Amino acid sequence: MSSSKPYRPKLPTLKHQATADIRPHFKTKDVRHPALVENWKDAAIEKLGEIVQTDRAVKVFLDSCVKCGACTDKCHYYLGSGDPKNMPVARQDLIRGIYRRYHTMSGKLFPKLVGALDLTEQLIQDWSTYYYQCSECRRCSVFCPFGIDTAEITMAGRSILDAVGLKQKYIHQVMDKGIQFGNNLGMIGPAIVNTLESLEEEVFEDTGVNVRFPINQTGAEILFVVPSADFYAEPHVDGLIGCAKIFHQTGISWTLSTTASEASNFGLFVSDESYMRQLAERIYASAMSLGAKQIVIGECGHAWRVASSYWPKILGQSQKAEGHFLSPIHICELTDTLLNNGRLKLDQSVHEDKVITFHDSCNVARGSTMGKHPRDIYHIPRRLLQAACPNFIDMAPQTICENTFCCGGGGGLLTDEMIEIRVSGASPRVQALESVIASHSVTHMAAICAICKSQFRSVLPHYGLGMDMIVSLHQLVGDAVVLR
Amino acid sequence: MGLQSKRAVTPDFPNRRAAYNSFDEIHSLKRARSTLTPALIFTVTYYFVAVTFFAGILWKIISYARTPVKNFIPIAPVPATRFAMLARMTREVLFFESLFRASKWTWIFGWVFHYALLIVLIRHLFFVTETPPSWLVWIFTPSDIAAWMMALSLFGLLLRRCAVDRVRYISSPSDYLMLLLLLTIAITGTLLRYTAHHEIFAVREFVLGIIRFSPRNLPSNLILYVHLSSVALFLAVFPFSKLIHFPAYFFSPSHNQHSSQYVKK
Repeated sequence: MSSSKPYRPKLPTLKHQATADIRPHFKTKDVRHPALVENWKDAAIEKLGEIVQTDRAVKVFLDSCVKCGACTDKCHYYLGSGDPKNMPVARQDLIRGIYRRYHTMSGKLFPKLVGALDLTEQLIQDWSTYYYQCSECRRCSVFCPFGIDTAEITMAGRSILDAVGLKQKYIHQVMDKGIQFGNNLGMIGPAIVNTLESLEEEVFEDTGVNVRFPINQTGAEILFVVPSADFYAEPHVDGLIGCAKIFHQTGISWTLSTTASEASNFGLFVSDESYMRQLAERIYASAMSLGAKQIVIGECGHAWRVASSYWPKILGQSQKAEGHFLSPIHICELTDTLLNNGRLKLDQSVHEDKVITFHDSCNVARGSTMGKHPRDIYHIPRRLLQAACPNFIDMAPQTICENTFCCGGGGGLLTDEMIEIRVSGASPRVQALESVIASHSVTHMAAICAICKSQFRSVLPHYGLGMDMIVSLHQLVGDAVVLR
Repeated sequence: MGLQSKRAVTPDFPNRRAAYNSFDEIHSLKRARSTLTPALIFTVTYYFVAVTFFAGILWKIISYARTPVKNFIPIAPVPATRFAMLARMTREVLFFESLFRASKWTWIFGWVFHYALLIVLIRHLFFVTETPPSWLVWIFTPSDIAAWMMALSLFGLLLRRCAVDRVRYISSPSDYLMLLLLLTIAITGTLLRYTAHHEIFAVREFVLGIIRFSPRNLPSNLILYVHLSSVALFLAVFPFSKLIHFPAYFFSPSHNQHSSQYVKK
């Protein structure tokens, strides 16, 4: 493994209001020009007050920023667009100004001096713009000397927007489907069963091996919960096929479930804890009723963040008390264990023609844990890729692992009206990718996140790169499995 | 001449005026009686400032401690043990590790400023102890250098705030004023070191007088007045401004959490 050539990201000059007009659709009568609730001003101030009294993180983060500027050149949306309000600290300041003005003494006494802001409709407009030009990827927080996490501020901003009637359409539609159907796509049970049957046929045609995709199988050891995109979208579905091949070869008894047909949890993006709990409880109920011993989460970034970092708290009380607490594991951890104990054998030769790089998905790399050691979250996916592919090369160090750049489509931005900001947000990642394409002729970039995969498929062509460059990690591993 | 002094009125000095005359003679400070007024103002101000500073910080700390931690949001890679978490926080506090990775210029100015301030503060132990610890003499020369470094690094930070368009964009008036305030403190302090060194014992008497609730006179020196005024302002705004970052840091959930997941696997 040789190192990539020096990568120097281009720093944009400030372009004021460059992305001020890029706004998501809202779940109101007029999706583009939503009306605020009647008492929006009081509602917003009250909601912010409630947040700073119930969330220490937000309170400490709003108080302790010293405006050192460490984060100003770290956000992919700023780097891609040059709009100064996309600098993390400026994004926070949209709320910090209100916090100072209405909830602190200094801001009440000397508003001009301390940068306090009056709550106006224009400011709410700015919130609805710039809190939806943040993918909550947490890259800025890694560089902040106080660990100020803009994602927490964005989530606070979004929940205030929800309170004044500006519910983002895409996120809330997905959440509604999650409640109604149990998955983001609104697939009903029979449709999932059908899809899996056709996948079985497809794999049989390709390989001549009868790889099963069990569903709702009582007594299976593992309940495998994947993002619903894995059932049909490209290249997601190839990842699911890869996982099925691994389960097949190692003889693990596993099952998917029609009631736990979604790993993803959009409640995270707007900090809706009761929604997050509802979806998580559905997965647990399914595991209980099927008698599964282990929940395994598929390739979905924020799903793993929710399972790894939020489940212990949001399920802790109910499940632990009953003694049914199952610690979820990530599919990469499972595959890694199978490789380590020799149960899984891979044939690298199928990937000889490829040069692979790995895109660390932000919610995994900066929001979760894996394995036994802190850095396993970075090592495990790379170990798998290196086991499956003879040619693996990492992108520049300041763009991977905890420094990874978001794909540009996370945090609920993966919707068509946001394509412009999604393309500019992807540019830092694409620059790093282009650098290894130039130096090491990289042919494919693997990812372990459904949103990353969909996003890159949409935006890579904007940069003159093939949409097929983005692949599922388990697609590569699955293809290297010698099927019996 | 409204100084209410318990100590000044002793059997040796039956009337207050005599006490002050004697005090002045001891320290060769043949000053006019007008010096009493600034001394009084500063004494009262510093009592007010001390209460504001300590009570304000305490109030802030209590309010942080009382606010529940909502989410599990440690910065990656997530420390596996409490010890590893504390080690990371210690590195952060001592070396500004994250800032180092983020921006070398901000780091060098910021880090030098904070350590220079620390050394200079240690030197000020001289003013608050009756018999200064013997090792304090070793810090005199380093702290002379530190005072210059402090002013220089503050100037660097100010320059960066003005010159880098991104940082200028995020700065509000208070951010510049805070740097100017600290620059004033550093420059007047350095000036006093070189122009009024002979007055340090008298100033110590004044400071000790405040600590002992036994107000004393203060040398009449404009630079000293500016120094004391800016320090008072600094202390008074500390709990209500971004200066609270120091105590607040220890409550930052993204740095003070660690994961117990690793041991289960």
